Amino acid sequence: MFEKAKSLFRRKEGERESETTQQPKTFFTQLKQGLRKTRDQLSQRLQSVMGGRAIDDEVLEELEELLIGADLGVATTMQLMEQIRVQAKKAKIQDGGSLREILHDQISAILKQNPQMPWEVDQHPAVILIAGVNGVGKTTTIGKLAHRFTSSGKKVVLCAADTFRAAATEQLEIWAERAGVIVVTKDDSKDPASVVFDAMQRAKSEQADVVLVDTAGRLHNNPNLMNELAKIRRVTEREVAGAPHHVVLIIDAVTGQNGLHQAKQFVDKIGVSDLIITKLDGTAKGGVAVAISNELQLPIQFIGVGEKIDDLIPFNADEFVDALLD
Amino acid sequence: MFDALSQKIQDAFRSITGKGKISEDNIQDALKEIRIALLEADVNFKVVKDFIARVKEAAVGQEITKGLNAAQQLVKIVNDQLVDMLGGEFQELNFSGNPPHVIMMVGLQGAGKTTSCGKLARILAAEGRHPLLVPCDVYRPAAILQLETVGSQVGVPVFDAKGINSPVLIVKQALKEARNTGRDTLIIDTAGRLHIDDALMNELKELKALVSPKEILFVADAMTGQDAVQSAGAFHESLALTGLVLTKMDGDARGGAALSVKSVTGCPIKFVGTGEKLDQFERFFPDRMASRILGMGDVLSLVERVQEKVDQEEALKLQQKMLKNQFTLDDFSKSLEQIGKLGDLNSLMGMMPGMSKVKQKIDVNKETSQLKWMRAMISSMTPDERDNHAILTSKRKQRIAKGSGRSVEEINQMLKQFMQMKQMMSLMTKPGKLGKLRQLFGRAGLGDFAKSMFPGNSPKLPEGVDEARLMELLQQNDGKLTPEAMRELGMAGPTASADGNRKARPKKDRKKQKAKRKQGRRKR
Ligand SMILES: Nc1nc2c(ncn2[C@@H]2O[C@H](COP(=O)(O)OP(=O)(O)OP(=O)(O)O)[C@@H](O)[C@H]2O)c(=O)[nH]1
Ligand SMILES: Nc1nc2c(ncn2[C@@H]2O[C@H](COP(=O)(O)OP(=O)(O)OP(=O)(O)O)[C@@H](O)[C@H]2O)c(=O)[nH]1
Ligand SMILES: [Mg+2]
Ligand SMILES: [Mg+2]
Repeated sequence: MFEKAKSLFRRKEGERESETTQQPKTFFTQLKQGLRKTRDQLSQRLQSVMGGRAIDDEVLEELEELLIGADLGVATTMQLMEQIRVQAKKAKIQDGGSLREILHDQISAILKQNPQMPWEVDQHPAVILIAGVNGVGKTTTIGKLAHRFTSSGKKVVLCAADTFRAAATEQLEIWAERAGVIVVTKDDSKDPASVVFDAMQRAKSEQADVVLVDTAGRLHNNPNLMNELAKIRRVTEREVAGAPHHVVLIIDAVTGQNGLHQAKQFVDKIGVSDLIITKLDGTAKGGVAVAISNELQLPIQFIGVGEKIDDLIPFNADEFVDALLD
Repeated sequence: MFDALSQKIQDAFRSITGKGKISEDNIQDALKEIRIALLEADVNFKVVKDFIARVKEAAVGQEITKGLNAAQQLVKIVNDQLVDMLGGEFQELNFSGNPPHVIMMVGLQGAGKTTSCGKLARILAAEGRHPLLVPCDVYRPAAILQLETVGSQVGVPVFDAKGINSPVLIVKQALKEARNTGRDTLIIDTAGRLHIDDALMNELKELKALVSPKEILFVADAMTGQDAVQSAGAFHESLALTGLVLTKMDGDARGGAALSVKSVTGCPIKFVGTGEKLDQFERFFPDRMASRILGMGDVLSLVERVQEKVDQEEALKLQQKMLKNQFTLDDFSKSLEQIGKLGDLNSLMGMMPGMSKVKQKIDVNKETSQLKWMRAMISSMTPDERDNHAILTSKRKQRIAKGSGRSVEEINQMLKQFMQMKQMMSLMTKPGKLGKLRQLFGRAGLGDFAKSMFPGNSPKLPEGVDEARLMELLQQNDGKLTPEAMRELGMAGPTASADGNRKARPKKDRKKQKAKRKQGRRKR
């Protein structure tokens, strides 16, 4: 079965690869690329919001809609709008265009409260737990991270601890092959904790630098599955000193305000340390991440901007906000 | 899932004080609150604007119906508009014309297409159709294997796409195979894609042109935010969608995306995914969803769930025993088992009217584990003890505590619940929707929840009570039946039920008198 899946994939990989543009991959170009279709329309709107217009109620309302439309949420938006009003008044700002700058600074200041640190993977092994609700891009992100780590000379072990979803293990196996890393699986096991146990032993015996643990998608309001995740965490704690070194919550950029509930629950149950926002190559702005980062004091480490192995780039607050307000 | 939203709207209605007519002035605040609530629920801001305008237009100038206040009137208007916007009546899948019928699933990455294909195949097979699953996701790692696994789990064949690497070719051959093997319905799983990916959107158009599907279903995640209108809009523009599937409804997202997607495409929401398991797929009912939004609770779905999961025969036996006062600890244990079968208490409570507040107070995790240890205690008892709890001396309790690893205090607690349940049963009266619901709760051992719905006074439902109105009043008062409401409904004050507990009676009478006094004051 696995062979078949792999061969199918290999054949198609070339095709999808060829679709990529030759543009250099900076954070901003990636994001902009995603926005190309709505950009005209959007910048038109922005033109009317910002361009040389005197600040009146209508301008402020449009600005508010821009923020709401980017999924920043009502509370964060109101807070930002209030600050803008005060600042505009204080600085006697007349022009709508300057509002954008103020807004930009405000939002990136929120994001810079929790700067992303270079990931410490000096421990042997450093255990990184990847969690999130269903379908957000956990497994794909693990493939991309594995690639990143091997590119910088680290030895990586993947752990296939999604024992629930159909073909989840095979999916991770394909990513392991693409990244050229070891993957620990357990045939027919329905017990993720035992796969994690195996992976910890394997990582130690292989003297790996990093273990990336792929967990099944689970909704944060499902107590049983959240307990299962806590158990996975405990297994890593027991088997490797100081583990887990990072607990990463993956948030899909299309997620609305529920993202905040998700984050709170995951923080509560397994102590999240970092965020990664995926699917920012679409038209969703991922604004809920601002609220999450702010409220839970979590740094955003990377963003996912596509389905290929190198479509993961380090987070940059200013560019993120540029794209948000684009 | 819509709990918080409904709470907000209820609060907003409280601010309406005007009498007589709904005017632009007196609904302004309420509309503002509704706007915020809808935005917080992730309804797209443009859709919200539209919705508010509709509500306003429908509301302003309306005479307030006798027996209602302005807030209640507005609830009704908002409810009607919501039902309308969510899609009116339920719509079946289109199976007109000659088979094989083709259903295509499309959507963004990770929305739940592949899983939904399996779920739909299961339903259609159970309805006597002969589906064939067709894997057209040749991109995502192990996507085909995923569909094959799902297919085998639901016992529906999956077209063997081995050696074919283009979706168009796969579909062509699958169609041929379906004709040859008498499969009457093709369910095509496509790769997740962004609506701005022109190459991949064109691929879908090509597929569509090839097989002219009767149904193109856009699969959307209930957790989606503001972007829902962009993605759904673009898919609709490219493909002329025929319907929507809303997944991950088992989460606590308020699901405003449902409104957004519906209003931007105009397509009916046909199914909702309520879990990862392949039988967690349900038809979508706009009216249920709307009452959920407004805090009425999804009563109908709840009744169905209870009916499906609970062993009705066993439950009936238990109920009769209770009514005859022969209910023993053994029976109690059995009914706890039934509660367990209903699954996650959390989602259950989310469906109940007026439960949003209670839900915040009850530690559901604790409740769930309580079920387990209560049963453990009972199983540590001797048959005699289980038969007659009256013989449980403190010495016996100590033994049981040891045997089950709990404290005597906890045993007493369990016994108290047992007694309460016996009592609750006597309150489960009268047929009819509400009565039936309470009966079902009671049978399932959910007496306590029923009690929280009708706190303190559990009045008998007299014949001819307007149940819809009753539900409305209940939800406006956080599930409590106020004296005012009872008056409006023409119900007598709280009375002890015929077979009610004797000791309780005087207290209830006092309450009744108090309620009457209150009414009197109001009249003056
Ligand atoms: N466009 C885009 N798609 C992505 C990105 N990251 C992941 N995906 C796609 O999203 C879908 C789901 O990704 P997975 O990695 O399987 O998600 P998951 O969280 O592991 O899913 P479960 O294990 O089922 O909960 C796949 O189709 C991925 O190709 C991204 O950054 N951009
Ligand atoms: N809790 C819950 N999870 C669901 C539901 N429907 C799907 N899922 C989960 O969501 C994740 C993604 O589902 P898939 O069916 O793989 O999604 P997809 O749209 O086919 O994904 P791609 O093919 O990568 O675009 C999986 O983990 C599913 O188990 C649902 O109704 N509730
Ligand atoms: Mg996964
Ligand atoms: Mg799929």
